[in-house]
Amino acid sequence: MTDNLVEIRDVYYSVGGRDIFKGLTLTVPRGKITAIMGPSGTGKTTLLRLITGQIQPTSGQVLVDGKEVSKLSRRDLYALRQRLGMLFQNGALLTDMTVFENVAFPLREHTDLPEELINHLVLTKLQTVGLRGAAKLMPHELSGGMARRVALARAMVRDPELLIYDEPFAGLDPISMGVVLRLLRKVNDALGITSMVVSHDVDEIAQVADISYILAGGKVVASGSPQALKADQSELVKQFMNGLPDGPVPFHYPAADYHSQLLS
Amino acid sequence: MRDFVSGLSSIVANIGAVALFLFRILGQVPQALLRFRLVVHQVHNAGALSLVIVMTCGLFVGMVLGLQGYDLLQRFGSESSLGTGAALALAKELGPVITALLFAGRAGTSLASEIGLMRATDQLVAMEIMAVDPFRRVVAPRFIGGVIAMPLLTMIFIAIGIFGVQLIGVQQLGVDQGTFWSQMRGSVDVDDIMQGLIKGVVFGIACSLIAVYEGYTAEPTAEGVGRATTRTVVNSAVLILILDYMITAVML
Repeated sequence: MTDNLVEIRDVYYSVGGRDIFKGLTLTVPRGKITAIMGPSGTGKTTLLRLITGQIQPTSGQVLVDGKEVSKLSRRDLYALRQRLGMLFQNGALLTDMTVFENVAFPLREHTDLPEELINHLVLTKLQTVGLRGAAKLMPHELSGGMARRVALARAMVRDPELLIYDEPFAGLDPISMGVVLRLLRKVNDALGITSMVVSHDVDEIAQVADISYILAGGKVVASGSPQALKADQSELVKQFMNGLPDGPVPFHYPAADYHSQLLS
Repeated sequence: MRDFVSGLSSIVANIGAVALFLFRILGQVPQALLRFRLVVHQVHNAGALSLVIVMTCGLFVGMVLGLQGYDLLQRFGSESSLGTGAALALAKELGPVITALLFAGRAGTSLASEIGLMRATDQLVAMEIMAVDPFRRVVAPRFIGGVIAMPLLTMIFIAIGIFGVQLIGVQQLGVDQGTFWSQMRGSVDVDDIMQGLIKGVVFGIACSLIAVYEGYTAEPTAEGVGRATTRTVVNSAVLILILDYMITAVML
């Protein structure tokens, strides 16, 4: 068993003639919370899709628990996915089921557990995210923050080895954000799992991540503990960590000369 | 010429894609049938919820057929054949074709938009990440539900249609009740009903396949789901009429 649950080795990926990754290399150590940060459009979500085997790299290797994801058969890929949990940006709850049934979904699909045990497991997970009382509600009756917490309960109902969070803080109010942050740490430590968080909420991530990577231009430009990144002197890291509008990452999308376009 | 060739090749590619899609569904049919509750739910969705519109339309189509059929037949002094003529028209043509058009409009659009929205809201991807094949859990049960519901709806349409013909022909225009039913029973045989049933099954497969395909491959945006829904109705309607001709030509 290697120390790293996920290893990305020199990955190149391009889509529609656009290079997303140009030699990306990073590792996600077991039992830790790893943050993937970077400006919008740097392929953070694409990275998650590579790890979960939804897409394949143009070249390079994506290893999860020592297995190369792109080489797995459909059956093996599904077997691997059963060991993962993923929290989607919008929750992605199944809209025709109650909160309870949503959380019970992976159990019903993959196990033959008796109803009593399913009931027990689902209620325990809902209790962890503070939504046991909402078990009978339908997804459309939930607020954004609640939906994400239900999705978290669903993602961890089978006690996965790796929990992946795609932008868990986007669009949350400060209270929900605090709740999700605490849950992230609590779930990681209590279940002894590995967590991977994709986000660009620098301050929030700094509170929980053990190790952070900043992606830009298709590769890792900086990595280390959040404190180390704060102290990093490179222009791009400074711009990103401090939220400066202009710097190596331009504020403006490439365009023709402003004045000549206005006067033409 | 170049446009024609590229247009033709894209049509062929599309047909190939739909065929592959169908094979993938068929591969999951046994698994889906094992979870019969899901299928029954979809038969209810596609069938029971289309029942009111199918029955209403069946009644009115039958009543129009009664009026037009009577008007036509009395010119030859053979109003007594109204039962036979109307029953044959309903069982072999109007029943399956109109039911299929209604089915595409009511159940097909609802299937396509439901699956399209599931795609747009990441529900299908979420299932895949949870190691649940959306073909087994979402696509196959809906396809089977549609295929089972369509022939049942066709038969109901035909039965209500005949009732409508009788309502106008016998009750209102005075065709003799005994002749109406006995002529119908004498000249409509099992083969005629089977033709309607076969068409019902084939149209059911075509409509359900188009609906789930369009929904599954919809672009994950509001506009994309809208376009998928429109394409479902248009493609189903065209395909139903083409298939109708082909089946009729083979079976007559």
